[in-house]
Amino acid sequence: MAEPASRITTPRIFATVLLLALGAVPLIAQALGEPFWVTLFTRVLIFALAATGLNLVLGFGAMVSFGHAMYIGIGAYAVGILSFHGVDSGWWQLLAALGVGATVALAVGAICLRTSGMAFIMITLAFAQMLFFLAVSLRDYGGDDGMALKGRSLFGGLDLNNSTVLYYLAYAVLLAVLFAFGRLVNARFGMVLRGCRSNERRMASLGFPTLRYKLSAYVVSALVCVLAGMLMANLTRFVSPSYMAWTVSGELIVMTVLGGLGTLIGPVAGAAALLLVEEGLASLKLGVPWLDTLINQHWLALIGVFIVFVVLVLKQGLYGWLVAREARR
Amino acid sequence: MTTGLFFTQLLNGLQLGVLLFLLSAGLTLVFGIMNVVNLAHGSLYMMGAYFAAAGFNAFDGSFLAAALVAIPGTLLLGLAIERLVLSSLYRRDHLDQVLATFGLILFFNEVVRYVWGPSSVYMNVPSWLSGTVNLFGLPYPSYRFAIIAVGLAVGAGLYGVIHRTRVGMLIRAGASNPEMVSALGVNIKGLNTLVFGLGAALAGLAGLMAGPIVSVQAGMGEPILILTLVVIVTGGIGSIRGAFYGALIVGIVDTVGRAFLPGLLREFLDRSVAQAVGPAIASMLIYLLMATVLALKPQGLFPVRHG
Repeated sequence: MAEPASRITTPRIFATVLLLALGAVPLIAQALGEPFWVTLFTRVLIFALAATGLNLVLGFGAMVSFGHAMYIGIGAYAVGILSFHGVDSGWWQLLAALGVGATVALAVGAICLRTSGMAFIMITLAFAQMLFFLAVSLRDYGGDDGMALKGRSLFGGLDLNNSTVLYYLAYAVLLAVLFAFGRLVNARFGMVLRGCRSNERRMASLGFPTLRYKLSAYVVSALVCVLAGMLMANLTRFVSPSYMAWTVSGELIVMTVLGGLGTLIGPVAGAAALLLVEEGLASLKLGVPWLDTLINQHWLALIGVFIVFVVLVLKQGLYGWLVAREARR
Repeated sequence: MTTGLFFTQLLNGLQLGVLLFLLSAGLTLVFGIMNVVNLAHGSLYMMGAYFAAAGFNAFDGSFLAAALVAIPGTLLLGLAIERLVLSSLYRRDHLDQVLATFGLILFFNEVVRYVWGPSSVYMNVPSWLSGTVNLFGLPYPSYRFAIIAVGLAVGAGLYGVIHRTRVGMLIRAGASNPEMVSALGVNIKGLNTLVFGLGAALAGLAGLMAGPIVSVQAGMGEPILILTLVVIVTGGIGSIRGAFYGALIVGIVDTVGRAFLPGLLREFLDRSVAQAVGPAIASMLIYLLMATVLALKPQGLFPVRHG
């Protein structure tokens, strides 16, 4: 991490290629006449954004939050509820989403961070469930079934109904967050956070108010997920409690670990890998009809086995493996 | 609101509570002794219910056959999971354990969808338990009463085993200091397997007992797994006593809250407001309870006493 920025290393090449490739997706999709790819890859970008947010607490702060899907839900419902009441301005929606998200994250974080380890995992999960059931009981806003949005958010001249514009908006937000996080984790703030990861007691004895640092990291990571939620609502033109189902929190953790915990690009690689493998399995054609049907219907079982395999064998994750190999040289 | 209705709901809460206890006892022991978070515990419960339904329907409605298939079946499955996946995760951090067992949940849900199909499977209440019992003039379904009885009996049995026998002593010792127990020449690996098997069998028993009163379907383990996690965190992780009281508290608060809170709110809130927020608060009640407990006592209500 401390190496000079100019050195060309395998992880750097990989990261550059990955981000450039993501930037070229709409052009390639247009050239190949596959407009569905733009939607699929917008999902990839949105989950990459959310996983990057989660990575700040999970990877750099070693706080295993099993409830980050609720912030995706807050972002999505802020767009949904305001649009339901006729407020289409994306700026107001953004303000409301970030305001509610920050308030909830401050309160939830302050309670959750009183615990650690197993209890932290469970209490974050419990808060996410609480919000999930709150959304289910909002009958005016669709309840269990969710509701379709009247229209997408209006950001000045940006026409989000154009899928390419929405794609590049998500791409720009992701790049901005990656850049900001790259600065943040190497700044004093990130150093303290990473210090807490290794030995919180020592950081506390050095005089750092560790709780304040961890809580700030928790809130920042939550807000990134709120942004992902807003984009998600705009992508699907639909909000539903399923955005904050506990399995979504689980998938976010899987993406982060699959890509490489505590690396900047890891969550992006992980989100892309997981979503593309899912998509690939669901439409796989091997030419053996019974096997194809089996895999296309029950691909989640293979994902399950894949996750166990990643945990048991590929401990550092895809991008983490590249970084670790580079560090050994 | 009549007293009779209130007591019926209280008993329903107790019934959910003992079911949760069967699940949380195993989970809390596994966590206390092996320091392992096993999210697949809910899947074991689901498999128990499916095994029970399969046994029940194969031996034309014999509840005994269902039990003989469900409990040993879940036990063996639990041991297989422990050997194949979890045993290599004992020394890893909680994150890896959460992930691997999350993967197992996805896997088992698809396995039951493949084997038993996507729609629910049904099993009936055994005929000799299909009536009602009379509790101080209050009719209550015999089967639900039987669940309460079985749960309380298991609770008493577990208490006896853990506090009065040599194996129980080793389990308690293993929970407070596994290295020392192992250094004294106890086969800690065997002990781990035993505890995991016990937990799996209890989850199977819970699945068997719940089979006739819930719809047996893929994913049925997850809501109850989350309730179980709430129980063990509220009660204090690793403590059987905590699991017992935590399960009863969560079961009763959830059931009674759902039944009476919306009506209670209508007494002092506007009708339309009460209609909207009543069910929301009722379904959030146990999570609020858990958050309050953790905010005041991060170790839970009945923490394990070390030393």
